[in-house]
Amino acid sequence: MIGAQILMESLIREGVTAMFGYPGGQVLPIFDALYDSPIKFILTRHEQGAVHAADGYARATGKVGVCLATSGPGATNLVTGIANAYMDSIPIVAITGQVKSFLIGNDAFQEADVTGITRPITKYNFLVKDVRDLTRVVREAFYIASTGRPGPVVIDIPSDIQQQNTEFVWPEKVAIRSYHPTYFGHPGQIKKAAKLISSSKKPVLYVGGGIISSAAHQALRELAEKIQAPVTWTLMGIGAFPSAHPFALGMLGMHGTAYANHAVTAADLIIAVGARFDDRVTGRTDTFAPTAKIIHIDIDPSSISKNTRVDVPIVGDAKNILGELLEQIKKRPDTSAWLKEVDGLKKKYPLRYKDGDKIKPQYVVEQICEATGGEAIITTEVGQNQMWAAQWYKHSHPRTFISSGGLGTMGFGFPAAMGAKVGCPDKTVIDIAGDGSIQMNIQELATCVCNKINVKIAILNNGYLGMVRQWQELFYKKRYSHVCITSPDFVKLAESYGAVGIKVTKKEDVRPAIEKMLSIENTVIVDFRVEPEENVYPMVPAGEAINKMIEGLA
Amino acid sequence: MKHTISVLVENKFGVLARVAGLFSARGYNIASLAVSETLAPDTSYMTIVVEAEDEKILEQIKKQLNKLIDVITVTDFTNKEHVDRELILAKVNYSAKDKTRLEILLNKYGANIVERKGSVAVIEAVGKQDRIRELLLALDKFGVKELVRTGRIALAL
Ligand SMILES: Cc1ncc(C[n+]2csc(CCOP(=O)(O)OP(=O)(O)O)c2C)c(N)n1
Ligand SMILES: [Mg+2]
Repeated sequence: MIGAQILMESLIREGVTAMFGYPGGQVLPIFDALYDSPIKFILTRHEQGAVHAADGYARATGKVGVCLATSGPGATNLVTGIANAYMDSIPIVAITGQVKSFLIGNDAFQEADVTGITRPITKYNFLVKDVRDLTRVVREAFYIASTGRPGPVVIDIPSDIQQQNTEFVWPEKVAIRSYHPTYFGHPGQIKKAAKLISSSKKPVLYVGGGIISSAAHQALRELAEKIQAPVTWTLMGIGAFPSAHPFALGMLGMHGTAYANHAVTAADLIIAVGARFDDRVTGRTDTFAPTAKIIHIDIDPSSISKNTRVDVPIVGDAKNILGELLEQIKKRPDTSAWLKEVDGLKKKYPLRYKDGDKIKPQYVVEQICEATGGEAIITTEVGQNQMWAAQWYKHSHPRTFISSGGLGTMGFGFPAAMGAKVGCPDKTVIDIAGDGSIQMNIQELATCVCNKINVKIAILNNGYLGMVRQWQELFYKKRYSHVCITSPDFVKLAESYGAVGIKVTKKEDVRPAIEKMLSIENTVIVDFRVEPEENVYPMVPAGEAINKMIEGLA
Repeated sequence: MKHTISVLVENKFGVLARVAGLFSARGYNIASLAVSETLAPDTSYMTIVVEAEDEKILEQIKKQLNKLIDVITVTDFTNKEHVDRELILAKVNYSAKDKTRLEILLNKYGANIVERKGSVAVIEAVGKQDRIRELLLALDKFGVKELVRTGRIALAL
């Protein structure tokens, strides 16, 4: 077999059924092999669309997402998406063509040092220099991407390697002597944690994306119910715990619920699981959970004690460790007074907005949630739209909220929705978008229409780069510098791509438009003309303590 | 404070860039770095002397190094019995009238003249870094024209 065929066969053995990409000179042999391949290949309209789609596919399905691009500009167009997957620990394998191996380093046409460029934004990367290494490289790439703390892996393959002939030898096992993720927590540490939990009076579970990647949601729920502790989550942790559960506190941090932030500040024990104490969560670190002991459970040792002090660190897989903890906790803490206090906080500081005659973006999200019974897969763009989606769509399942957390990549939501829909064709997939962000990867409308990937795009169109405008309003004396943004006529735009466009300017039309959007068997854009200067509240100003929120409502 | 860390890595292309990139991306300072093959040609030792303000940063550096896929082991010599050495080559002025004084000094430090050309001698010295520092101070009065050093290498006992 030639290298390109070996690659295809290896991908099939890794269970790949769909991939996203774009052709070019240095991947011609691979595209030739794709011609006969059972793998479903989605031709995007931009490589960034392909990598975000692979990412969305991975987040929605839990499988490794795969994308393919040519050398040079094709590969550099993947960079933002690779960095995005890296920041959010998403398993993807990005395959790039490279100039012929004997030309590497010669500034050949469309040459870029892809392993060099992607080194700091991948979990690992490979340059294949010998066709006989290809099967092993593919196996290792999938293994590294999907185990331990997941992340993106790049395989850069020179085009002459793609054409060389060799025997197909599939390695039986992956053996990387220097890579051994820790899956089981240290028993002594787990005992210590169990003791701390038993003696706590005001525990809070603070959970992140690690719960979702380790499928620990069930164990989390059992633990929360066993120890009667409220649960708050990060943006990445949305869906890890049912929003409607009486112990649910919603999201914490900069745009978290006030009651979550107050509860964390008053807690005597924080049980952090699969979360990394990001600055958007902790605010000023020296005032974060000032009276609490901290148990930190994470599969990545370097996440522990990086940003905050930790009393009981436990390295390992969330699901295993929560299971162990459930067994080890003999005495349940008495938290009845604490739960009452937390309920008081919920009543005193509810998540709210001032509704009116105009269309409020929060209202749109609430209506989308109602219309879909909270069961849709929601992706988001970045900015206010993302925070409103996070606050107002009430999720109950893991892998149903897909958003660019760590990198905050505008233009992520739509291609990610496309990838999620390819992975979960029976689910309704909606990108809650901003008018700015949607213009960053709008070209993928063609991909959706052409491949009948029916995703829905709900644009919260405020005429602004709203989140930046909000900061200029609050911290730069309303000097709105280059945040007023024009958009095309989204209805005509959708139509010209063969999709459907709906424009909504009146509040009473919001719900019917959503129903219509859901009923149409096509890609649909709904352009909701929302209140232009609505702000996201509550808000913790950057660098403040998280209980020092701006509420916004007079 | 300076700490010596020894990192056993896969002897693969790009490993040095991964390690160096980790330090630059996170703003850690490398005081010196020495790399060479071990007894097994598929692995290398990197002896890295790092400047870490506190224990927390040192911990992070070690964890980040361990996280690199190509890193096999990380050994911190801070509280570990070990020997460490550095090799220097120094070009100094050499004249007949200084000859004896220079030789006495070199003898004291176990250093040698490895090459001489005209009025210049190349000196080689091996030692712990504080000894090397002393020697360099003493050599100053002869006039050191050029200096290269390997950086520290270390071996646990
Ligand atoms: C690629 C990229 N460029 C710039 C930013 C900075 N940024 C964050 S939010 C935002 C505004 C987004 O505007 P829009 O999509 O209309 O969303 P809104 O906040 O109005 O809901 C910008 C420019 C970013 N996050 N990503
Ligand atoms: Mg906007």
